[in-house]
Amino acid sequence: MLHIVNKSPLDRPSLDTCLATAQPGGALLLIEDGVYAATTGNAAAGKLTQAMGQLKVYALQADMEARGVADRVLDGVTPVDYGGFVDLVTEHTTCQSWL
Amino acid sequence: MNIGILINEGPYTHQATESAYLFARAAIEKGHQVSRVFFYHDGVNNSSRLTEPPQDDRHVVNRWTKLAQDHNIDLVVCVAAALRRGIKDENLAPGFRISGLGQLIESGIQSDRYVTFGD
Amino acid sequence: MSEGQIKKFMYVNRKAPHGTIYALESLEVVLIAAAFDQDVSLAFMDDGVYQLKKGFNTKGIEVKNFQPTYRALDDYDVNKLYVEKEALEARGLTAEDMVVPVEIMSRAEIGKLMETQDIVLSF
Repeated sequence: MLHIVNKSPLDRPSLDTCLATAQPGGALLLIEDGVYAATTGNAAAGKLTQAMGQLKVYALQADMEARGVADRVLDGVTPVDYGGFVDLVTEHTTCQSWL
Repeated sequence: MNIGILINEGPYTHQATESAYLFARAAIEKGHQVSRVFFYHDGVNNSSRLTEPPQDDRHVVNRWTKLAQDHNIDLVVCVAAALRRGIKDENLAPGFRISGLGQLIESGIQSDRYVTFGD
Repeated sequence: MSEGQIKKFMYVNRKAPHGTIYALESLEVVLIAAAFDQDVSLAFMDDGVYQLKKGFNTKGIEVKNFQPTYRALDDYDVNKLYVEKEALEARGLTAEDMVVPVEIMSRAEIGKLMETQDIVLSF
């Protein structure tokens, strides 16, 4: 299934809870303030990298650009546009937004 | 595919409605159908026709109205949440309608995918 | 809607009561959903477990006490309530603190259950 996280990992536990709940083989899409987790040097980068063994990780390019962090994307994170967001939703039977 | 959308936050404070709008537009461009967008919690505030952003800013409410008219999207505002927040038929923007929570459940049943945007 | 179609709906509650309206309005959705004869389950995670902490007394903050509604869920045949084990532990709570009978599950177990749903709505 697809997990969507829109909160900064330093603001709320959404990413932590999502990573502990998500089952192997799923996908994680970071949007809005959630994209900060996918940037180099962020305190959450380590756990995100670790999660990549079990989850495919994507981040919304427009949200990274808007926040000036598109040039600091963590290795292993795939940037997607809104069309890519739509594809992720249709490719997975269920999605959960970790609001 | 038929994609349903739930929006839980109002305009301008949260990015939720922006993300939902851009997602809906991209889904339509890809040939999918967005049959209904349901507005709940503060999301009902996206439907106020009294909304007047500065001229150089995007108009969140009018954008939804236009997308709905161009692509036959049913924009449903939850009646209980709307009345709590002062949204009524007399200040409802074109393209929106006020109805019950059953419309949210029905949309979930009828959609192939369901995506929630909120805080 | 095709006749007799039953989908699995999971409502995920992760926010504390009173500070924001999400707990109350989520409950309103669940009550309506019960009338649609779908497969309904509720998951309480993170601060959402505080929604079920028994003993609400909302007189002092002058808002409606919606906690009795959780006790009414069973009358609507909504009886699959899952509470996150790690969230209870992190908040010094146990099953005895819950206002209704619940099934306590680890995050991973809730994650497995989530995978089997058709619709996951989060508030």
